[in-house]
Amino acid sequence: MKELGIESIDELYLDVPEQFKLKRRLDLPSTKSESEVKRHIESLLAKNATNQSMPVFLGAGCWPHYVPAVIGSIIQRTELQTSYTPYQPEISQGMLQLLFEYQSLICELTGMDVANSSLYDWASALGEAARMVTRLTGRKEILVPQIIHPERYATLRTYIEPAGIQAEKIGYEEDTGLLNLETLENKVSEKTAAVYVENPSYLGFIETQGEEVAKIAHDHGALFIVGVDPVSLGVLKPPGDYGADIVIGEGQPLGNNMNFGGPLLGIFACSGEMGMIRQLPGRVVGLTSTEDGMDRGFCMVLQAREQHIRRHKATSNICSNESLCAVASAVYLALLGPVGLRDLGETILLRSHYVMRRLSEIKGLKTPIFKSSHFKEFTVNFGGLEVHEVHSRLLERNVHGGKDISQEFPEFGETGLYCVTEAHSKRDIDRLVEALEEVLGERGS
Amino acid sequence: MVNLFKQARWNEPVIFELSRQGRRGFVVQEVEGAVKESVGDVKTLLPEKMVRRSHAELPELSEVEVVRHFTRLSQMNYCVDLGLYPLGSCTMKYNPKIDDLLAHQPSLTQLHPYQDEKTIQGILEILYVLSRWLAEITGTFEVSLQPAAGAQGEFLGALIMRAFHNLNGTLSERTQLIVPDSAHGTNPASATMAGFDVVIVPSDQKGCLNIDALRNAVTEKTAGLMLTNPNTLGIFEENIEEIAEIVHEAGGLLYYDGANLNAILGKVRPGDMGFDIVHINIHKTFGTPHGGGGPGAGPVGVSQELERFLPIPRVVFDGTDYHLDYEKPHTIGKVKCFYGNVGVLLRAYAYILSLGAEGLRTAAEISVLNANYLVKKIAEIGAYDLPYDTKSVRKHECVFSAKRLRRETGVTALNVSKRLLDYGVHAPTAYFPMIVEEALMIEPTESFKKEELDRFVEAMRRVAEEAKATPETVLKAPMNTAVARLDEVKASHPKTMVLSWKMHQKRKEADH
Repeated sequence: MKELGIESIDELYLDVPEQFKLKRRLDLPSTKSESEVKRHIESLLAKNATNQSMPVFLGAGCWPHYVPAVIGSIIQRTELQTSYTPYQPEISQGMLQLLFEYQSLICELTGMDVANSSLYDWASALGEAARMVTRLTGRKEILVPQIIHPERYATLRTYIEPAGIQAEKIGYEEDTGLLNLETLENKVSEKTAAVYVENPSYLGFIETQGEEVAKIAHDHGALFIVGVDPVSLGVLKPPGDYGADIVIGEGQPLGNNMNFGGPLLGIFACSGEMGMIRQLPGRVVGLTSTEDGMDRGFCMVLQAREQHIRRHKATSNICSNESLCAVASAVYLALLGPVGLRDLGETILLRSHYVMRRLSEIKGLKTPIFKSSHFKEFTVNFGGLEVHEVHSRLLERNVHGGKDISQEFPEFGETGLYCVTEAHSKRDIDRLVEALEEVLGERGS
Repeated sequence: MVNLFKQARWNEPVIFELSRQGRRGFVVQEVEGAVKESVGDVKTLLPEKMVRRSHAELPELSEVEVVRHFTRLSQMNYCVDLGLYPLGSCTMKYNPKIDDLLAHQPSLTQLHPYQDEKTIQGILEILYVLSRWLAEITGTFEVSLQPAAGAQGEFLGALIMRAFHNLNGTLSERTQLIVPDSAHGTNPASATMAGFDVVIVPSDQKGCLNIDALRNAVTEKTAGLMLTNPNTLGIFEENIEEIAEIVHEAGGLLYYDGANLNAILGKVRPGDMGFDIVHINIHKTFGTPHGGGGPGAGPVGVSQELERFLPIPRVVFDGTDYHLDYEKPHTIGKVKCFYGNVGVLLRAYAYILSLGAEGLRTAAEISVLNANYLVKKIAEIGAYDLPYDTKSVRKHECVFSAKRLRRETGVTALNVSKRLLDYGVHAPTAYFPMIVEEALMIEPTESFKKEELDRFVEAMRRVAEEAKATPETVLKAPMNTAVARLDEVKASHPKTMVLSWKMHQKRKEADH
């Protein structure tokens, strides 16, 4: 203040009109010590019950997976955690190389050529994908499966409505849940910018008609977008192998905790044509060399697509993304490697199918409702018993059941969506089976 | 006082090059025999045509190799815990460690978003109270925590304008959003995403929004105005009352870009100045780590009239329990899955609780004091010019121009930025705002003491001296970072571009 020749800080706020100055103290708590803050927040968090105290069988867009200890130790390194977007590449090589490695790992996993360094989540990635295919094709319609996560669909609507893009739902085969190709053939036209499918689907079954859908889309000059749960790709065919032009998905299962649903990690990958690359949303990191050509290095590329250069003509407004979550996923994929990822996929398959077998033995209960192969998630129909009733009785037994989908999909009756991963022990599973036996048994008595 | 520094240079290979067949960094728990017996052969569980035929080409490394690789990479990354990171409009302040520690509690990290309300009362209370605090800080009626970042908050804000005009039946006429020429790039980009045409209004000689130009731009087509106050020059828009009047009288809404909120915490509130919609950059103003690009969080506060348009669900309190309310018929819907970046929001809760009302106000005051100290000290160097009103105080940031330096020595703002890196301080934001030639936009924040600010000034002074005495030193910079100056043209050229390891391999094959 001496240097500035002022007596009071208020002299620095003389330009704020008097009538707007806040004349009172903000109505907030007063300053607290670190130990008070810790005690207060820990006591609030202690009111939550998590999968540490009860088995939880929820998935539906956010999934419980084991996060190896190495990941926490890397992403909490202050050099990575407290850095900004790497605008000055020479002093930010660590983060840039990491993001390049993340992009490269995602490409290997999905079978695509190019990936960006993250979007917010799967839902907003779908919104961005829809806008991108519209820019590429000049068409304003996207066809999506009727069996889609309702929040993902709601987000898609939010993203496309202002751009005048229409989303049309395509029905499913009643017995399998798979996309009804006949309906698709009827709906697809020269107005269609893209066809979108999910694998595994929202209700856990595997969409086996990828190649057929790709052909139908491409025959009509439309693009093919596939949404994935990436942990399935150790055992499932990558979308790049069945004709996908764009692959999106939720990267949270790759080494990120659930955190009550956020932050998540939007995966976005595409084929390598320049036309596609120029329309990519979000940041992309590339490999280059020093100006003298002596060393390898990394920097953000194609920034002319982005808002800080292109402003209102940018491919997206995204600025902050989910870089540190992408770092976690890169570390995760490096730790597991190809064999680990396959083992993980097989473990999830075995455990989830074990639960379906055991539950199928319970009278009055049908799982899954579709005659299809499932991965990680599956539907459980409770017949005459209401899902929310089953849920309450399970909770009384300290077991948290799956998501109630009876409102979202009334046509499936009293049905829940259950999720079983490698993080569920056999003991967790047995507790669920026993609890459901009791709950269903009570009905008869 | 300020010395050249040396960043680690590991020449670390790309992770694929470290791969050795058969190595494993993590072993998935073996499936119990009883499970395998019951289910049988795993191969029968997948349809033949959907089985992955060959392994994904992921690298194979042991645990310790993974740790070493990423630790080496981290050593080649500058961060705010190492020193000043004065990127203008980015508010790189200290991120308190207690906030991180709390965000890593399993009682948060292991929480599923669809759990029964009875089992999530603690986190709902935190989110509810945080939204009330943010409403108080911004002077708004209700706050949504859903947006994942500031830009998504802007998109949401523009969608709320859309919904407002739609409900009034005027959306088809109100197609224009006004944005000043000094605005952040996200403003026009978000406006376009929300379906508006962008109208640009120039700044006046003081660096503030040109009122006459605004009057001319405002018509019956105006949906609203997006404004940052203090603006990107660090100057407070003194005419804010008049601006608000002009926009409101024309039937438009006023949007506050919260990127520069740090300067006015507890001093003046956007809601009181007439803003209808406000977004907040949690990762700037409330001290949460930026993670090398994200995750952040971009809550949006609105006036009472606009509350009905906020995304669903909303956390509500009935006097006893907290609930998630989805029954909002006028809602714009959702901008992402679930409720927002809760891991980030919890840190903001801890930050506000720690600082309290007094602490937030002090943080704003010190950030402004620090910025004005830099204005004086950098001006004294005599090599960098302060454009626009040189007499009026700046708020949290200031913008200098290296135009004269360039003319005299050939050293550009980019060169200055690169040379600063050699002194172990991060560069300012360069070439923004676009209305200043050779711009160097500097935001110190409240987190740095006088000694650290002096270190930065000294580095700026030395670079200016070098520019005059030995310009080639500055033009060649940086030399002490993990790599020398990178070829960014090659990086983005279609013929040489490499965006993944797969592309790198393909190019190598093609070259042979």
